[in-house]
Amino acid sequence: MAHILLRHRDIPDIHKLEVYKKNGGFAAFQNAVTRMKPNEVTEVVKNSGLRGRGGAGFPTGMKWSFIDNKNWPHYVVANADESEPGTFKDREIMESNPFQFLEGVAIASYAVGANAAYVYLRGEFWQIAAFLDEKIAEMEAAGYLGKNLFGTDYSLKIYTHLGAGAYICGEETAMLESIEGKRGQPRVRPPFPPSYGLYGKPTIVNNVETLTNVPLILANGAEWYKSMGTADSAGVKIFSLSGRVRKPGNYELPFGTTFRELIYTYGGGVQDSRKVKAIMPAGASSSLILVDDEKVLDTPMDYASVRTLGADLGSASVIVIDDTVSMDWLINKTVHFFRHESCGKCTPCREGTYWMSHLTERIHEGRATRADVDLLLNVAKQMQGKCLCALGEFSTMAVVTGIERFRQDFDKVVKA
Amino acid sequence: MSLAEKYPKEVKQILAKYPPEHKRSAVMPLLYLAQREEGYITKAAMQDIARMLDISETDVASIVGFYTLYHDKKEGKYRMQVCTDLPCALRGADEFLDNLCANLGIKVGETTPDGVITLEAVMCLAACDKAPVFQTQGPDGIKYHENMTVDKTMELIEALRKSSA
Ligand SMILES: Cc1cc2nc3c(=O)[nH]c(=O)nc-3n(C[C@H](O)[C@H](O)[C@H](O)COP(=O)(O)O)c2cc1C
Ligand code: SF4
Ligand code: FES
Repeated sequence: MAHILLRHRDIPDIHKLEVYKKNGGFAAFQNAVTRMKPNEVTEVVKNSGLRGRGGAGFPTGMKWSFIDNKNWPHYVVANADESEPGTFKDREIMESNPFQFLEGVAIASYAVGANAAYVYLRGEFWQIAAFLDEKIAEMEAAGYLGKNLFGTDYSLKIYTHLGAGAYICGEETAMLESIEGKRGQPRVRPPFPPSYGLYGKPTIVNNVETLTNVPLILANGAEWYKSMGTADSAGVKIFSLSGRVRKPGNYELPFGTTFRELIYTYGGGVQDSRKVKAIMPAGASSSLILVDDEKVLDTPMDYASVRTLGADLGSASVIVIDDTVSMDWLINKTVHFFRHESCGKCTPCREGTYWMSHLTERIHEGRATRADVDLLLNVAKQMQGKCLCALGEFSTMAVVTGIERFRQDFDKVVKA
Repeated sequence: MSLAEKYPKEVKQILAKYPPEHKRSAVMPLLYLAQREEGYITKAAMQDIARMLDISETDVASIVGFYTLYHDKKEGKYRMQVCTDLPCALRGADEFLDNLCANLGIKVGETTPDGVITLEAVMCLAACDKAPVFQTQGPDGIKYHENMTVDKTMELIEALRKSSA
């Protein structure tokens, strides 16, 4: 099947404006601005079943319809922070199919009445930001961005903004703080960004991959999009496959593709032909799926089915863990990540990640007792439900599921 | 010399990105500009930026402190930041970094005696399918180096040493 998002794999020069145009580029944006009302655009996206690809899976059209039309101006912010360990899809889109993403930003902006949009990229994407700046300038020169687009009174500017190395800035309200020139720390919600966002104005934040779906949804219609995927998870998804597989990489597949197909048919199977022991379907924030029965691998990857395994599909950053890996080592890695990235604003997360990291280190180094493992589990559970943003919760997922589902790994490393 | 005198074009472009009443937003791009030449941000540069944006010097310093890609101390000309996060570690990143340390004769966090390379371990760089991977942060910005071996890395370091001599 031809790609919908990673279209450069079928049309290698699609990063060139002429080539993008020849392949239908900007027609959806032009049609929306000249022939559709903003709420009609939102309606199509709503009907397509598109859900946010940044992790939470929130219905995109519904989010757009929440924009507060009594408070102006409006903003759109594209989330290109991509910092979840195991996630590397937005980067490929921006590097190789940049116009489709930018057209998605433009259509979203028109739908919610924004005249300015920001693309927030993690600081490491310095070269990608420079590349997007060039592409934005080309769109301006060709009349796809700027004042009075297509002879209407609609105007739009798109700007890039670079972060500077902080995972927490991927959380949407921390991101808004960061654009405002502050420390990237999450806001207390509600109010949510569609009513109180950038500079206190109504703002829609969407992930890069989410927005890149939009031009083809408008061009081909909601029914076309819904015909792919499953009932609760419409369309296609880019699965970032990493860990112990022979061919790691991005694979664009319909929702509902099984773990087995992803790992064996596309990923070439497990390195050294070992067995899959566990899967983290949503990067380091995931629960650990226990693969004790081969049937687990036949689970379809869609939001509802993955939940039956006691995990969330999230951003679909699938990390494969084989039977050479011990979970005491693994959670020591994930907890160190979260301790490093905790923004320090609230106590349960700041202190909890600190204590967890001491315990995971001690356990991994073989200096702990069984009681320490119980204490770690207890600290993690105490944190749950008490943190200001989801990062705190994320930091506990691998710990709790690691200990509960793979207790034998811990029994092996503790002192008697 | 102030940033506005040194880089008039860049400063103007940066300020134009944000509504004039929210010019504080320009603090992050201005800090990158201030860091460009020396690889770290001086107290004078922070004062300069604070004045330009009508915010306090403490505000600017707290931003420098919050984000890991801003530095307030001089280190090696290039920071070599190797990812050792979970997905890369599952593909040999820790061994790669150990070997690199052995070859360079320095520990993580240290700088080579010639002042060219500071070696650091960092979190996921969104290149997990191309481990071992590191970025170099230096006068020419941030660059990715993917699917690396110790040999290829030592060649790169030689080239950086030559161009710095
Ligand atoms: C700690 C944390 C990190 C996040 N990182 C990202 C990220 O890197 N990219 C992203 O798109 N969303 C990230 N999110 C989710 C965003 O807050 C937000 O839900 C998303 O950008 C909304 O876009 P969507 O509806 O298109 O998915 C993160 C959330 C949290 C709590
Ligand atoms: S949960 Fe952690 S990252 Fe989120 S606001 Fe609290 S301290 Fe910051
Ligand atoms: S874990 Fe190293 S780049 Fe993602």
